[in-house]
Amino acid sequence: MKNKSLVSINDFTREEQIRILDLAEEFEKKPTQKILQDFVVATLFFEPSTRTRLSFESAASRLGAKVIGFSEPGSTSVQKGESLRDTIRTVSNYSDIIVMRHPKEGSARFASEVADVPIINAGDGANQHPTQTLLDMFSIRKTQGTLDNLNVAFVGDLKYGRTVHSLVMALTNYNTTFHLVSPESLKLPSIVKMHIKEKNLTYYQYTDILEVIPEVDILYMTRIQKERFSDPIEYEQVKNSYTLRNPMLENAKPNMRILHPLPRVNEITIDVDENPMAYYFTQALNGVYVRQALLATILGVK
Amino acid sequence: MENNETRKELKVTAIGNGSVIDHIPAENVFQVIRILNLEAFSDMVLFATNLESQKMGKKGIIKISNKFFRPDEINKIALVAPTATLIIIRDFKVAEKKKVEVPDTVEKIVKCFNPNCITNHENVSTRFTVIDKGDLRLQCHYCEKVTSGKSISFL
Repeated sequence: MKNKSLVSINDFTREEQIRILDLAEEFEKKPTQKILQDFVVATLFFEPSTRTRLSFESAASRLGAKVIGFSEPGSTSVQKGESLRDTIRTVSNYSDIIVMRHPKEGSARFASEVADVPIINAGDGANQHPTQTLLDMFSIRKTQGTLDNLNVAFVGDLKYGRTVHSLVMALTNYNTTFHLVSPESLKLPSIVKMHIKEKNLTYYQYTDILEVIPEVDILYMTRIQKERFSDPIEYEQVKNSYTLRNPMLENAKPNMRILHPLPRVNEITIDVDENPMAYYFTQALNGVYVRQALLATILGVK
Repeated sequence: MENNETRKELKVTAIGNGSVIDHIPAENVFQVIRILNLEAFSDMVLFATNLESQKMGKKGIIKISNKFFRPDEINKIALVAPTATLIIIRDFKVAEKKKVEVPDTVEKIVKCFNPNCITNHENVSTRFTVIDKGDLRLQCHYCEKVTSGKSISFL
C-alpha cells in the first residue's frame, strides 16, 4: 500500500481497509509517535473544511511530520488562474504526500494521475470522501465489536450525501442489512442500491425514523439541507420529521450507537448528546487515528 | 431481394478499396463523420442519408476510400450508431463485413454530463467505463457519475 493514492473508498480492498482500521487502533492507544519526522505532508484545501483539515494536520503533527499547504485558495496562485495540474505538479516537488480537498468532482483522481507523490482525497465535490468512510467504519467496529452482519440505518438526505453513498458501498462487503430513512424526494440513488443488490444484501426503505430505531445497531444521521428542496414548504414539512430527540430513543437496542459526520445543525437535538448512545463526537476524534494510519501506511513507515 | 440491395448500394458510387459504414441511423450520419474526424480526411469520402432501408426505415451510409479502420477506431461510433455495419472493400468486392460493438471504455469523444466534473473545468481528456452496453451507461473515470441516454453528448 506504500505510495498508493486513496481517491475512492474502492481503491482499497476489504483487506487493505481492515489493515488501516487495525493500525488506527494502535494509534488510538499511542497517538504520539515521531515516526514521520523525515516527511513533509501538504494539505491543499481548495475549499475550506476546518474539521477535515485540522484532523489531518493533527494526525501529521502527532507523527512528527512537517505540514505545509493552504486552507483556502484565495491567497494562492490558484487565484491567479493556475491550473490544478500545475499546482499539483509544483506541490509534489515540495512534499512527500498531498492531502487535497477540492470543490470539483473527479479532481482527486486527476491529481493522482499528474502528481509524483501519492494523493489522499479529503473530499472532491459531491463525489468521494474516503477518509470519512474509513473513520465511520472504525467507529462502527469500535462500538459494535465487529463490522459483520449489522443492521445499519441511514437517516436524512440519502440522495446527495456522499458520506452515505461511500459508507453504504463499503459496508456491502460486510453482510450489512440497510435501513434507509428519507423523504421521498431524497431517497438513495438507484446506482447505490444497485451495489447492495449486486451483493445480494437486503435494504428496507422508510419515511418514518421511529420505525427503524428498535431494529438497528447503528443510526447514521445526516443533515437535510434547505437548498436541496425546490419547494421551501416541502422543506419545512420534512425537516422536523427527521430530527432525532432523546425520548425517541427509548426503544432502541442497548448496543445502538448514533453516528453523524458533523457538522450538525438541528437534526439531533442537544439533549441527545448526554445519552450514552450518542457517539458522534468520539467519531470525529477517531478521524485523527484513521488519518494517522493512512499517512503512516502510504508513506511506507508502518 | 439481392437485386434490390444492389440497386440501393449504387445510389452512392462504389469505391474500389476502403471501408463502408452502412446502416447508420439517418439522423446520426453527421455525428459519425465528426467522431471519425472524416472532415480532416484527405482521400475520397462519400456519404448519403435518408436512404430507404427495409430494416430501418431510413438509414445513412458513409464510404471512405483507402481507409481501413482498426476495431477500436470504429467501435466508438457504436455509441451513436449501434446498428452500423462495417464493410471492408478490396478491389470492388466485399472482403469483410461485421457489426460494430460498443467498446468497454470510451475516451476523449464523450463529454461528462456532470457540470461540476473536473473534465469540464481543466484541460483533461474524458474517460468512461461502459457499465451497460445495452442502455449505454457510461461511468466517468473522474467524477464517477453515470452519463446515459439523452445526456450523452460528444466533444
